[in-house]
Amino acid sequence: MQTRRLRAMRRDTIQEEAMDQTAPLTDLAHSHVVFNDGLLLECGIRLDTHTVAYRTYGTLNAARTNAVLVCHALTGDQYVAETHPITGKGGWWDAVVGPGRPIDTERFFVICANVLGGCMGSTGPRSPKPGGSGEPWGTDFPPITIRDMVQAQKQLMDFLGIGRLFAVVGGSMGGMQVLQWAATYPDMVFAAMPIATAAYHSAQNIAFHEVGRQAIFADPDWRNGRYWETGDIPARGLAVARMCAHITYLSEQALTRKFGRRLQNAPKDSSEAINLFGEMFEVESYLRHQGSTFVQRFDANSYLTITRAMDYFDLAADCDGNLADAFRGTKTRFLLASFTSDWLFPTSESRTIARALNRAGANVSFVEFPSDKGHDAFLLDEPDFHRALAGFLRGCALHAGLRDA
Amino acid sequence: MSPHDPVRFVAKNMRMDLALIASMIAPGSRVLDIGCGDGTLIDHLFQTKGCDARGIEIDMGEVTQAVAYGLPVMHGDADDDLTHYPDAAFDYVVLSRTLQAVERPRAVLHQMLRIGSRAVVSFPNFGHWLVRWQLFSTGRMPMTPTWNRPWHETPNIHPCTIRDFFALCDEEGYVVESWLAADDAGQRTPWRRFPRLANLFGEQGLFVLRRAG
Repeated sequence: MQTRRLRAMRRDTIQEEAMDQTAPLTDLAHSHVVFNDGLLLECGIRLDTHTVAYRTYGTLNAARTNAVLVCHALTGDQYVAETHPITGKGGWWDAVVGPGRPIDTERFFVICANVLGGCMGSTGPRSPKPGGSGEPWGTDFPPITIRDMVQAQKQLMDFLGIGRLFAVVGGSMGGMQVLQWAATYPDMVFAAMPIATAAYHSAQNIAFHEVGRQAIFADPDWRNGRYWETGDIPARGLAVARMCAHITYLSEQALTRKFGRRLQNAPKDSSEAINLFGEMFEVESYLRHQGSTFVQRFDANSYLTITRAMDYFDLAADCDGNLADAFRGTKTRFLLASFTSDWLFPTSESRTIARALNRAGANVSFVEFPSDKGHDAFLLDEPDFHRALAGFLRGCALHAGLRDA
Repeated sequence: MSPHDPVRFVAKNMRMDLALIASMIAPGSRVLDIGCGDGTLIDHLFQTKGCDARGIEIDMGEVTQAVAYGLPVMHGDADDDLTHYPDAAFDYVVLSRTLQAVERPRAVLHQMLRIGSRAVVSFPNFGHWLVRWQLFSTGRMPMTPTWNRPWHETPNIHPCTIRDFFALCDEEGYVVESWLAADDAGQRTPWRRFPRLANLFGEQGLFVLRRAG
């Protein structure tokens, strides 16, 4: 009896999360700052005005020396350590940022900004296009690079009166921003923690991104990016993009451990073609859940813009292919971290960065953590990783002469 | 210091050969410790001598431990990672009880003296009388407190004697600035003026080298 009720409940949940729901992304008020002094993008286009939405945690000390900038990943946002306003879930890095956590908000002033091109309050494809038409930028939004994201964050630091960051930290695309920060503003970054990342986006990673983008393009509701005209969103395309990407965030071991080949009943009244079979694998249900929840909080054109920014990233290309030159003479202390089962940003790519930093004479720590959780490990409960983060920051605080930290 | 802060190592419980090595390093110098373990030496050099000391370690558990102590240590090994450092990046490059375990000891020494002005090398001496006696009397591979793993399990794939090491330095043109033989606890032994005696009674050799010229 109880089992049947549980099954019925599960069916309801799945139905609620069915992918064809088309509610547009809610417009929320995010704490933000508007910059009217212009931002010259790498592509040559100038944004006359742009907004940076951000959150802060902890208190900036009187000497302004305890600021830590957290850079979020592709589908992350500024809600790093608090309840997310749309999903109602905890912050994406609650395990790492907070009171008594490795990035201790009782010691550090933590800042996280939504990236340029994002959809949680910072200027992006959903923002009104200049010219008074009242339409959003949509696919006319200029191509953004990781360096552009960092420029916008730099403006935020100037606005907050932070001349030097004690640390810049981030995983995945966040790690790319950390590397860009350390390369572009070496004197502003005392410690850098690029985690589960790479100095360039690999062909395989670009390939996965392209599959996701094609899924969005193929959705008739995408309407060449002008989906605001109908009020629908390309939910199916965006969900498939997310499902595809989500597989790359996990590992074969993690999928086997979590789902194996277990089956469950398919929702009978859904229009999904999979229901032809009457039953579905749990891993299918899980991916559909990931896809359907994602479309509630993410904008399809933003997804296109940001995946492209990652694809463009190649830090060494700015230095004639020699990555070490990007860091020549740097005084920044680095911690590189990777995870054994991460095949999206494998350890070899972190090692490449570590060795380039060695060639540049930089102070480098580099650890590969054993984990079967794939790329997602950097977001999850990994005690060794968290101990190393905390210890690295403590060591850096000692060298920075940072009191109370 | 919060109760979560790890207790830092101090010299008195440092492995004794590390204490000997530390005594050979000038304050304020730049040091790379290859095979640094949990970072005891680099922590000691930073705390007591203000050195810019960094480490490389092959064992990931030890690397994690060291980084969690706040020490700049990277995962890597002597055979593959030294080539990625620039020339003369360090004043001292330390290789403690590791030379006999690397794949290409000669190349590693060469790299050490490329990236550092001085190389500090310690290794267990295979010429010690007990090793000689066991091989001579039993005809089997010696098992001593220093050489304590069976031949098929030992990571020490390139054992050498103190005289062998002198010979290699000679061949490569390295200047032995100072050297000593020590017992296993790291106490200096009194034969340091006489290589042949040191080779018979020293359980480990400790050398400071530099390039000629």
